[in-house]
Amino acid sequence: MLRHVPLLTLVVMLGPVVAGLWGTVLPAFGHLPGAGLTGPSLVAMRDLLDWPGLRQAVGLSVVPGLQATVLSLAIVVLVTAGWSGTRAFGVLQRLLAPILSVPHAAAAFGLAFLIAPSGWISRLFSPWLTGWGRPPDLLVLQDPAGLAMTLGLVAKEVPFLLLMTLAALGQVRQEQRLKTARTLGYDRVTGWLKTVFPAVYRQIRLPVYVVLAYSMSVVDVAMILGPTRPPSLSVQIVKWMGDPDLSLRLTAAAGAMLQLGLVVFALLLWRAGEALVARLGSRWIETGQRHFLDRQMRRAGIGLGTLAAGVVMLAMAGLLVWSFAGFWSFPAVLPDSFGLRSWTRHGPGTITALGETFLVAGLATVIALALVLGCLEAEQRTGRTITTRGLWLLYLPLLVPQTAFLPGLQILLLQAGADVGRLPVVFAHLVFVLPYVFLSLGDPWRAWDQRNAVVAATLGASPGRIFWRVRMPMLLRPILTAFAVGMAVSVGQYLPTLLIGGGRVATLTTEAVALASGGDRRAIGVYGIMQTLAALLPFALAIIVPTLVWRNRRGLHV
Amino acid sequence: MKYLSLAAALLMPFAASATPNPSDWEAVLQEAEGQTVYWNAWGGSTTTNDFIAWVGERVSEDHGVTLEHVKLTDTADAVTRVLSEKQAGEDTDGAIDLIWINGANFAAMKEAGLLFGPFAEDLPNWAYVDTEGKTVQTDFTVPVEAYESPWAMAQVVFMYDTADIAAPFGSMTGILEWSKANPGRFTYPQPPDFLGTTFLKQALVDLVEDPSVLSQPVEDATYEDVTAPLWAFLEELTPTLWREGRAYPQTGPAQLQLIADGEVDMAISFSPGEATAAIANYQLPDTVRTFVLDKGTIGNASFVAIPYNSGSAAGAMVVANFLMSPEAQLRAQDPEVLGYGTVLAMDKLPEADRAAFEALDLGIATLSPAELGKVQDEPHPSWMTRIAEDWAARYGTAQ
Amino acid sequence: MSDGLVLENVRITDGGATLIEVDCTVAPGEVLTIMGPSGVGKSTLLSFVTGTLDRVFRATGRVLLDGEDITGRPPHLRQVGILYQDDILFPHMSVGQNLAFGMAPGGNRADRRARIAQALSEIGLKGFEGRDPATLSGGQAARVQLLRVLLSEPKALLLDEAFSRLDTSRRAQIRELVFDMARARDLPVLMVTHDEDDARAAGGPVILLGE
Repeated sequence: MLRHVPLLTLVVMLGPVVAGLWGTVLPAFGHLPGAGLTGPSLVAMRDLLDWPGLRQAVGLSVVPGLQATVLSLAIVVLVTAGWSGTRAFGVLQRLLAPILSVPHAAAAFGLAFLIAPSGWISRLFSPWLTGWGRPPDLLVLQDPAGLAMTLGLVAKEVPFLLLMTLAALGQVRQEQRLKTARTLGYDRVTGWLKTVFPAVYRQIRLPVYVVLAYSMSVVDVAMILGPTRPPSLSVQIVKWMGDPDLSLRLTAAAGAMLQLGLVVFALLLWRAGEALVARLGSRWIETGQRHFLDRQMRRAGIGLGTLAAGVVMLAMAGLLVWSFAGFWSFPAVLPDSFGLRSWTRHGPGTITALGETFLVAGLATVIALALVLGCLEAEQRTGRTITTRGLWLLYLPLLVPQTAFLPGLQILLLQAGADVGRLPVVFAHLVFVLPYVFLSLGDPWRAWDQRNAVVAATLGASPGRIFWRVRMPMLLRPILTAFAVGMAVSVGQYLPTLLIGGGRVATLTTEAVALASGGDRRAIGVYGIMQTLAALLPFALAIIVPTLVWRNRRGLHV
Repeated sequence: MKYLSLAAALLMPFAASATPNPSDWEAVLQEAEGQTVYWNAWGGSTTTNDFIAWVGERVSEDHGVTLEHVKLTDTADAVTRVLSEKQAGEDTDGAIDLIWINGANFAAMKEAGLLFGPFAEDLPNWAYVDTEGKTVQTDFTVPVEAYESPWAMAQVVFMYDTADIAAPFGSMTGILEWSKANPGRFTYPQPPDFLGTTFLKQALVDLVEDPSVLSQPVEDATYEDVTAPLWAFLEELTPTLWREGRAYPQTGPAQLQLIADGEVDMAISFSPGEATAAIANYQLPDTVRTFVLDKGTIGNASFVAIPYNSGSAAGAMVVANFLMSPEAQLRAQDPEVLGYGTVLAMDKLPEADRAAFEALDLGIATLSPAELGKVQDEPHPSWMTRIAEDWAARYGTAQ
Repeated sequence: MSDGLVLENVRITDGGATLIEVDCTVAPGEVLTIMGPSGVGKSTLLSFVTGTLDRVFRATGRVLLDGEDITGRPPHLRQVGILYQDDILFPHMSVGQNLAFGMAPGGNRADRRARIAQALSEIGLKGFEGRDPATLSGGQAARVQLLRVLLSEPKALLLDEAFSRLDTSRRAQIRELVFDMARARDLPVLMVTHDEDDARAAGGPVILLGE
């Protein structure tokens, strides 16, 4: 039984991706028998190429995607190089979990209010400094270059990459490397870049690719912050998918293939960039240069790191204020009055959506956790650890753009006559929840002192008894953390819920994004806050529960 | 007797799976009891969402029908859904039981045979509907033929902030002149958003010399001539728009936030009572009022339709019927709730209901039926499709 | 068939290269010491005996315990106990629960508790049942571990550098305790160490590796 769990996990995780891609390829080549269209033909491709917005939509996929990835990585590198081990870094580290759990959509709404010409920042300085009695007519949101979108992505991807980097730092023994470099006379940042970064980057390479693929194909953030004439390719794909004119589905499928191609292209480009940086880097190492703008880089690191964290926190504060706001006009920094009207109006609706959200997230995460524990235990018992290739498989669902396979998956599910609704959504979420749960639990699981198992076995404990009585309780904290990660990932899912749920599964995220189109900031505030709380609550439990259960066991305190 | 009940028991399953016959209302009510109706309706307006939730409570109380609001960002999503279900062979229990629909989406679904019916004129409350004065039997010039039932009247009005604009405008040209003098203070939702295309149609209706050509389908030969004034108007208007026309609000309600933030001073609405309701919800400043154009503005009815593959058609008809009831219509017209125009004829109503309608305070920003003036007919749907496409080619992508 | 622990022509290879080769017998009550610097595969040999050898190694030969071939048995059915240098007390269980976890099954609750209480007082830790293992001193933890192994009624005892973490004063004391109790139960003891004092104190045969 246990032996088959890894295979089962792979099928559950990659099956929908492969099926979805298959379901995309056929219509992309003009084959959609259900609509009376049989291929193969290049009609869909031609329609795609004839679409006047194509060039810009492609640009809006590639450029903000690369920008967001480069910027996020740079900020993470600078702040880690300059500050790891300091008190300031510790503060950032503590803010990490809550910021990470803020769903992308909620962060994007909050950010939109922050940076809009009529937004909070503008209000703070108006009219006393700017002289603006009315908001200036500036194209800050929905800008054609996608800068607002890039900013929104960076604010959310920095914490993700930072988390991955922190995990990597432990494995590469940063302290020793850095100490050696420092005793050789290297300045902090230069030393870190030359001795720690190459090893760390090897560890976080796949997460960086995930950030790149995600940023290039994101839908909810792009819908909220991105331009609309035209929108980015992925948003346009979703629009085509929703058009009553069926032939546009073929265009959507062709667009999905293009989106996949773009991501593959960008990944190759990135790899080439890696090689270039590696070559330049080793040349730089050979120069023996001890300092290079160290002080400036440290300042930039802490400045940008604080900014990234501050933006998300301010954005959330903005949502909170809006949810309690009475009438609130520009340039007032705070509303004319506060009240519970928005909460009494939308509160009941959010509770219903919260129930659905937790049901889907809970089911997906429990299944994911069971499969991951099964995999790790099987790995443990057979002694076969995951290979690099295995790790790639794990990351595959995160590297294939959602807009490339979810449309195809929806078409396939419909053709198979599978009932829409909660269960398919749970399995669609599982595709994304599984890798994160695996990545979250894998390291602490493997880092567990194996001799505990040997001792227990020599005391006569069977493998099952060791698993339940020794390993699970000792790893309660990481297991609950992995559970919280899974919940947060599921809570934040927009596209799988929308496309696979057929509209019947209304989670906080789908409700919030639907509301965003209406622009009612009070309602968005209520839903955004609830969405964030839904993602935060499991993390809080993951901290509180082990502390309560093991309050008399000092060996398990962190 | 024994045999009869046996026969009934044998027949039951067949009877239950047969299409409910709307003319046998008692049977419909019986079948509806316990059904769950998935109503796919646009979910971007919180006031509408609240109203739909209230409808759900009422039909559950009266008829044991559970109503689930599936919130859409675009009605076309629902149409697509039914289409894909038909292709997939899901003919008996589709995901959608009721759709808030009109115009092109209705035309598409009716033509493709995706709708259940005819049913609307068999509903008991049809007796109260104003079939003479309101456009409830054609939908954008397409004959309804009882495949959808009306529940609200909409008419274009313009909301404007009296703090910034002294007097309303009588024509599209007047709006253009003002926008040129006050650049950056006006915008409209980005087509193909429903309200955005409505703005284009309203402009077309107001600008063409003879609007009667618009009731006929588009003809390639005359299209350019007819629409030339519209494009000339937009060429002049666009550079004076909010963000110089480089960005647009994505939906109608998004304009409210722009007015509240002081980013724009005027916005189009398809609901005469929307401004009043939004003021009550703090979404608009209380200085906002509404106006219509001298030649009148476009109006149409909102309908609900039932997909052919709904598994709960009886329940859906119960909801559709309730929506046309004086009780629901009165509530929808209440500016504190929705402020939607009623589809009922006052002279067909019982005395008490008529009095209740008369007693309704429409609110500070809502025009009276007399002030709303002449309702212009919607152009044939082919105009909307064509204009939206053309708009997308001209303004839909940055140059 | 002879009693005690027999390693018969045991040879462990790592990718073709022989890591360690042993052919020896440990009689009941006897301590056999295997000495050598780190890296010669002493611990690997012990993991072969406990049945937890890492997959990267290949092993040939047999392990016999009291005449029975246990080479193919899973670890928990071998009845071979082990003590490590670090205290591997399960941190989520109290001292008493750790001992109960190790104690061979059987007997009612009260009976088992009484046996644990008595065993604890015999090694000078009376009343320690409820203690959190993380609060024990090094010497106390070592004694609890020893007790836990013995309560599981093994037929052989393995010591993997078991005393190297203890400070010198404790070390001799704990070592004596382990050897005494093993002898009292007639257990064959296989000890790997790099410390000559350990070997001397054991008083048994010594195999030197890696010279």
